[in-house]
Amino acid sequence: MFIFLRCVLLKKIDNHEGALSMQNELKVVSNATCTFCGCVCDDIELTVEGNHITKAKNACVLGKAWFLNHQAGEGPVARIRGKEATVEEAVEEAARILVDAKFPIIYGLSDTTCEAQRVTVAIADWIGASIDTTTSVCHGPSGMAFQGVGEITCSLGEVRNRADLVIFWGSNPAESHPRHWGRYSTMPKGLFVPNGRKDRTVVLVDVRRTKSAPAADIFLQIKPRKDFEVLWMLRALVKGLTINEADLIDTGVTLEQLQNLVDKMKACKFGVLFFGMGLSMTRGKHLNVEAALALARDLNAFTRFYANPMRGHGNVTGADNVVSWQTGYPFGVNLGRGYPRFNPGEFTTTDTLARKEADAAMIIASDPMGNFSQAAREHLGSIPFIALDTKETSTTRAAAVAFTTATYGINVPGTVYRMDDVPIPLRPAFESPYPSDEKILRALEKKVLHLLKEKLQASN
Amino acid sequence: MAITVIKGGKIYDPTHGINGEVRDIWIKDGKIIAPPIEPDSLPEKVIDATGRIIMPGGVDMHCHIAGPKVNLARKMRPEDKRYAPHVSRTALTRSGTIGSVPSTFATGYLYAGLGYTTAFDAAVPPLSARHAHEELQDTPIIDKGFYLLMGNNHYALEQIAKNDNEKLRSFTAWLLESAKGYAIKLVNPGGVEVWKSGGANISEIDQDIGHFNCTPRQIIQGLSQTAMDIGLPHAVHIHCNNLGIPGNWRTTQATMDALEGRRAHLTHIQFHSYGGEPDDQGKFCSKVQELAEFVNSHPEVTVDVGQVLFGETTSMTGDGPLGYYLHKVTGKKWTSADTEMEAGCGIVPMVYKEKSFVNALQWAIGLEWYLLVKDPWQIAMSTDHPNGGSFLAYPEIIQLLMDRTYRQEILKRVHPRVLERSCLKDLDREYTLNEIAIITRAGPARMLGLKNKGHLGIGADGDVTIYNESSNILAMFELPYMVIKYGKVVVEKSEIRLQVPGNTLHVSPSFDPGLVGDIRKWFESYYTIQFENYPVTDEYLSGGGTMIPCNKK
Amino acid sequence: MNKNQEELFILISGRSTRQGTSMNESKFSKEYLEETGVVQICPEDLTRLGLAAGDLVCIRSEQRSIEIPCVAAKEKELPSGLLFMAYGDWSSRLMGSDTHGTGMPNSKGTDVYLSKVCSIKKD
Repeated sequence: MFIFLRCVLLKKIDNHEGALSMQNELKVVSNATCTFCGCVCDDIELTVEGNHITKAKNACVLGKAWFLNHQAGEGPVARIRGKEATVEEAVEEAARILVDAKFPIIYGLSDTTCEAQRVTVAIADWIGASIDTTTSVCHGPSGMAFQGVGEITCSLGEVRNRADLVIFWGSNPAESHPRHWGRYSTMPKGLFVPNGRKDRTVVLVDVRRTKSAPAADIFLQIKPRKDFEVLWMLRALVKGLTINEADLIDTGVTLEQLQNLVDKMKACKFGVLFFGMGLSMTRGKHLNVEAALALARDLNAFTRFYANPMRGHGNVTGADNVVSWQTGYPFGVNLGRGYPRFNPGEFTTTDTLARKEADAAMIIASDPMGNFSQAAREHLGSIPFIALDTKETSTTRAAAVAFTTATYGINVPGTVYRMDDVPIPLRPAFESPYPSDEKILRALEKKVLHLLKEKLQASN
Repeated sequence: MAITVIKGGKIYDPTHGINGEVRDIWIKDGKIIAPPIEPDSLPEKVIDATGRIIMPGGVDMHCHIAGPKVNLARKMRPEDKRYAPHVSRTALTRSGTIGSVPSTFATGYLYAGLGYTTAFDAAVPPLSARHAHEELQDTPIIDKGFYLLMGNNHYALEQIAKNDNEKLRSFTAWLLESAKGYAIKLVNPGGVEVWKSGGANISEIDQDIGHFNCTPRQIIQGLSQTAMDIGLPHAVHIHCNNLGIPGNWRTTQATMDALEGRRAHLTHIQFHSYGGEPDDQGKFCSKVQELAEFVNSHPEVTVDVGQVLFGETTSMTGDGPLGYYLHKVTGKKWTSADTEMEAGCGIVPMVYKEKSFVNALQWAIGLEWYLLVKDPWQIAMSTDHPNGGSFLAYPEIIQLLMDRTYRQEILKRVHPRVLERSCLKDLDREYTLNEIAIITRAGPARMLGLKNKGHLGIGADGDVTIYNESSNILAMFELPYMVIKYGKVVVEKSEIRLQVPGNTLHVSPSFDPGLVGDIRKWFESYYTIQFENYPVTDEYLSGGGTMIPCNKK
Repeated sequence: MNKNQEELFILISGRSTRQGTSMNESKFSKEYLEETGVVQICPEDLTRLGLAAGDLVCIRSEQRSIEIPCVAAKEKELPSGLLFMAYGDWSSRLMGSDTHGTGMPNSKGTDVYLSKVCSIKKD
């Protein structure tokens, strides 16, 4: 009935508003890529009516919300201190803010294309800024752990085709990565896992019995802030050391549970430990992740074992990769001396804001005014900053210069990286009246270079 | 229509038998032309190279500079860069870091600064081709490309097991076209798959690799034949099984024999030339003489050395189990990354010490190779950057090859047992400039089938390096006077003068579209991305890209 | 629980489906503000503290305090002694800015003090 009415409605519009008939043209975009979470599912079939996506086949509940709620935006492309401005004026003002600053910082980037990220790092280079991405408040500690210990990882298709033991630690995929289990890690049949879920043992370790727990074979309810201790116990058990039950008091787990888990880990053909914010955001942070990475490494003496991070945003992995290949370091990079320097805690954004070191900022595709610590927010609110985002947020509202940009993957093509580093192209659904991040950033880079040249000539 | 002329330099163009003759070089629209006969065609730019040495731009045919493995190594090792020299930004150029795995802009500038104008990344899994291309787009000045990992590719293994050469050819062609790659790369063929399946590794080329019911021998034969059948400009590029293990020279010998006369390139051959036994370090010795004998009597086989240099570096390889082995041997941090259906990789920091018997012998073995292969056209210089050392060490290798006194000096310092286990002390040969020009540009270009590179004949790309002639070989090669790319000055007085993007070189072999359906069926059964999202489109090619034609018979 | 009576809890912040979906509409949408503007307490703790769903509670961390309504967590999901908040503006306000040299402030498993502000009478 609904479909009938919709067709009638469309026909009516066709008849009476011929000029709009093109807008309401129906098209289907296959193999579209969803960038809401790190799963980066690229099998979405979008039904597009004019400038609306009305259906997102194969998308999970988060993906559907991502696609279906993206309307062509409202409001001006550019604003200076809340008032509408032309793009040229706004780019000029933004460039001045950046060029005049003594300690500019650039942050965000996880929800935009690699093409835009690459231009952003260029701007950071020209002005000698600190460049940092949302990694620093997500899996940054995992990146630090990786630098200490290395990591044994694999692409998600290896899990699909080989894994018979899948562990999730500090992660709630049912709510954060709804298709992970179905598409990659526990359900699918694979080359060496012909019976899919039946051939696998799924273990969940978390402080809460989340919505993911019912689907696991084994659920270990660990006490908060005990991940480090338990991971080290597991390492000890893998190495054949003796652990006393007394050592496990207050951890929420028993020796029997851990020994059982270790036996399964050693006996499996291919085990993988997916870890989330439960490790990186709690007491211990990178030390927790280091323990997890070392555990996976240790198990390679017995079998093939891997540890993979559950990356959050669609292209945070892309941001890591771009910043790494262009500067040599993944996040928390400072270019103020004319070359890249890396120091988490010194150049990461929570710190440069909370310690009031930044005197200007550019925030791209991220909302620190809505999710940073109070001290960081207060300082950000007190300095001139530029914001690029597709929607209105607390950050864009407080920006000195704000650009409304088109949405990657929905309006804008480009490259993104899935949580396992696999690069995937975007297939946009409809055009946006707003420019892409990349377009604005390229104009900004040009202006910045021009102003820097002027500055140099003036000082000579 | 700008014309550049380089006047009065001493030309070393081995492809055309020019060995130090003073001639002018004329370049127009990026290509070398014959000296114009019109009296009024004035060159726009005249470069005075009087008294200087001129060679074609260098061609590095085996290095690791772009893609997922390289980037993991960068991310993994901040300590490698912290105190190392860095690349500062200028008004024209981007900043970067160096250490053993330079960042992309730094890579381009440093290669150009050394007089290299073309470099190929040796190992990229097709699933990550897009990543390698993005990095190459950010690697300025040089022309570049990469080889595709195929020796542990499931579809390839299936066809090899069935002896279905038609499907293997079509798949290879489709894969190279989809990934915009340049050549077929085999890394520990079959061995990586054995490792991923839970086994240890492969040590014999007739070992069965389990599920896929084929052997490394079949993989080597199948894909070396395929490379020839589809007319790829470069032969199959092989990292033999058993890398680094004492006694592995037999595996290398067996691999060479398995080729049965087919064209092939055996890479970083130094790491594959060890005598002795796996469990007795004391018996470790060089078997270069035996293996070089094969190369000397088989013009269809070429090698690059993979020279080890003393100092700190990073090992990075598509050979997953090798990474694990190096981790166990060195105790250093270890990164491994497996790619579904295709490949693996291992990364471990490395140190080569003069006083270590094993390291010193590795160093000597590399030099033996250069000195024992009679025809320099069959041997290319490499360090397997960064595995044996950085590409920045190429000038030092040149010095070692041209100056036997320098070699002997170092031999005196290294672990004394090297003197009895290697014949290096008895090798008096010194490379001439002509031979250096062969192993660093003319030879690699020919091995790669790059008709317009590595020489200064008419039609060649205008890639030219001008050196200041000096008896200090190291200084001469470390700091070229000028480097020209497509006729434009890109480096002068060790500064980058022009930032050009460089071209991605790739092949596009033809294949039967009717067979793609079978590939798609396999792909959709096992991969976790869509078939349509796998191929790389043209906008990823740096500088617009240049397709190098295949020569299908 | 009397007013001014505080009890120590451990606060867990995390993703929830509703937070994820509503964020796509807008961070100013009613649904997003609702989802991220409440704190979940397990039913046993609610009863023990004499709290009812909807009551306004004060959560105090070392740095800040906020006042938000409480709700009952789903049966058996949240153990006693833990609080859960969906990521957002409110949960972040309780976060400190010390990143201990990592760039990441502690935002899961932090100590907080819970006290009742007032009851919300229902008609």
